[in-house]
Amino acid sequence: MGRRAMRVLGPVGRGGVLGVFTAFAAFPFAWMLITAFKRNSDLYNPTHNPFWFNERPTLEHLQYVFTKTMYAHWIANTALVGAAVVVITLLLALPAGYSLSRFLGAWGGRLGMAIFLVYLVPPTLLFIPLARVVSELGLANTVWALVAVYPTITVPFATWLLMGFFKSIPRELEEQALVDGYGRLGAFLRVSLPLAVPGIITVVVFSFTLSAQEFVYALTFVTSTAHKTVSVGVPADMVRGDIFDWGPLMASAFLASVPVAALYYVVLDKFVSGFTSAGAIR
Amino acid sequence: MKSTLTAVRPVSAVLAQGRRWAGREQVLGPLLVAPAFLYVALLVGFPFLFALYLSLTDATTGNPYGAFVGVKNFVEVIQDPTFRRALRNTFVFTLSSQAAVVVLAKVLAMALHGVRRGRGVLLFLLLLPWVAPVSLATIGWLWILHARFSVIDWVLWQVGLLPRTTNMFWLGRPDLAMISVIVVHVWRMLPFATVVLLAGLASLPQDVLDQAVVDGAGFWRRLFSIQIPLLLPVISVAVLFGTVFTFTDMAVVYVLTRGGPFDTTQVLSSLAFFKGIVGGNLSVGAAISLFLFPVLFATVVLMLQVARRAEVA
Repeated sequence: MGRRAMRVLGPVGRGGVLGVFTAFAAFPFAWMLITAFKRNSDLYNPTHNPFWFNERPTLEHLQYVFTKTMYAHWIANTALVGAAVVVITLLLALPAGYSLSRFLGAWGGRLGMAIFLVYLVPPTLLFIPLARVVSELGLANTVWALVAVYPTITVPFATWLLMGFFKSIPRELEEQALVDGYGRLGAFLRVSLPLAVPGIITVVVFSFTLSAQEFVYALTFVTSTAHKTVSVGVPADMVRGDIFDWGPLMASAFLASVPVAALYYVVLDKFVSGFTSAGAIR
Repeated sequence: MKSTLTAVRPVSAVLAQGRRWAGREQVLGPLLVAPAFLYVALLVGFPFLFALYLSLTDATTGNPYGAFVGVKNFVEVIQDPTFRRALRNTFVFTLSSQAAVVVLAKVLAMALHGVRRGRGVLLFLLLLPWVAPVSLATIGWLWILHARFSVIDWVLWQVGLLPRTTNMFWLGRPDLAMISVIVVHVWRMLPFATVVLLAGLASLPQDVLDQAVVDGAGFWRRLFSIQIPLLLPVISVAVLFGTVFTFTDMAVVYVLTRGGPFDTTQVLSSLAFFKGIVGGNLSVGAAISLFLFPVLFATVVLMLQVARRAEVA
């Protein structure tokens, strides 16, 4: 199809289409990057060409972000929440995915689909009751509220992914290990777990990035500036009084979003095949 | 070493172990799934029921359990013009952005299909809007659409479409604010739909496509009679997930407009947030949130139907 479409579209047409789409997709990030290094006198002068550095670039916004705001705190909170969510997700999803693929027969597939569909339950449906739950648990306004709740987003998808991974590992390999005198756990640890490492890495990266991206729960459960994660800290608290500080704002948005995006990008293939397989279970 | 060990063990011991294993599978299976299910039941199932309960009470932050009031909240909410506007907006934003996303994603996926050189970098740039945290990515748009320093306004000044001293106020006027929200939703969901379609394109049966060329079918004929029908399951997956994500999203509206100007870009989720969390009216907020559920439910049913049809085919 590709080559024939090209004949119709022409290489120029294809290049044009890709160019326009790429510009549309990446422009806001390029804009963040330019703004992050521009002097205020350059930024807020409507006669200046905004696409150009009319004055020398500056590092003052970056300095401001790291010395005058809680940005470093927010990054640390995000990393802490992400790491804790990864651990909880693996602890819950590894056994579940394994069991669904091995022990539960046809029911495994159905239960797997059911748990995958939980991934579609949006935070905006549950944030009000969960705010009550979180405060009853004494976790309100702490990062632990997020650690407790984020696995509701990561566990369903991780279970689904790992189920697929374990299914692709032949049962015979484990049975051989059992015959060789290993117990059920030994067979799992020695045979299936090592073979599932690519799936586990996917789940680790995926859980971490989803935690870093989450906005609604973070906005609802955490109100103190010091306890916020970066996805809420920047849009909600990176302001001086009522005036937006576009230099620092863009610098901090760019610095936090591009690494998360890069991480997510690494596992995106697996993520997409998780979705397409949900649409066409075989 | 292990294999020599098995060799000396009597056959009956191996069989006994096999039986024990089979016996334990009945126990082990549910046991391993239990923690995940329990967790989901506690933090998804229970809150959902609790939301139903809250929506039937007059609970507020100060009076968190409230008293039973029946469907009063739902009745009041439906009569509230702000709510109706939010309900309409939620559909308008979702339907218009998804319609644009499907068409654009198809075009983009076809242009991308078969690109080899620079594919990695190109895909990364194209995917940025989806893989970056939504709240941070939307801040970029907030600056692009700034009331006074919008870069779009500057371009319009240069080409003479806008008098030099005036501004468009992209987020300050209801019509433009709505368009801005839709554009950002399209921007964000397009990469997701594109990669899903790309995966679909890659799995099309090449022999069928080749045969169509041999049979003399033209580009459009092949597109509409062969490709699109074959891609339909994949397209529906992209649309259904896109619909769920857009319909229930609050970040774009919250960051761009806070629902303004004058609640004209409010959506169900943002209205629920402002009433329920900011305003402390838990019961009304919960009731508004629950209006998301029917669409969510319908989407899931459609999902399962697509899945079943794909299974039959």
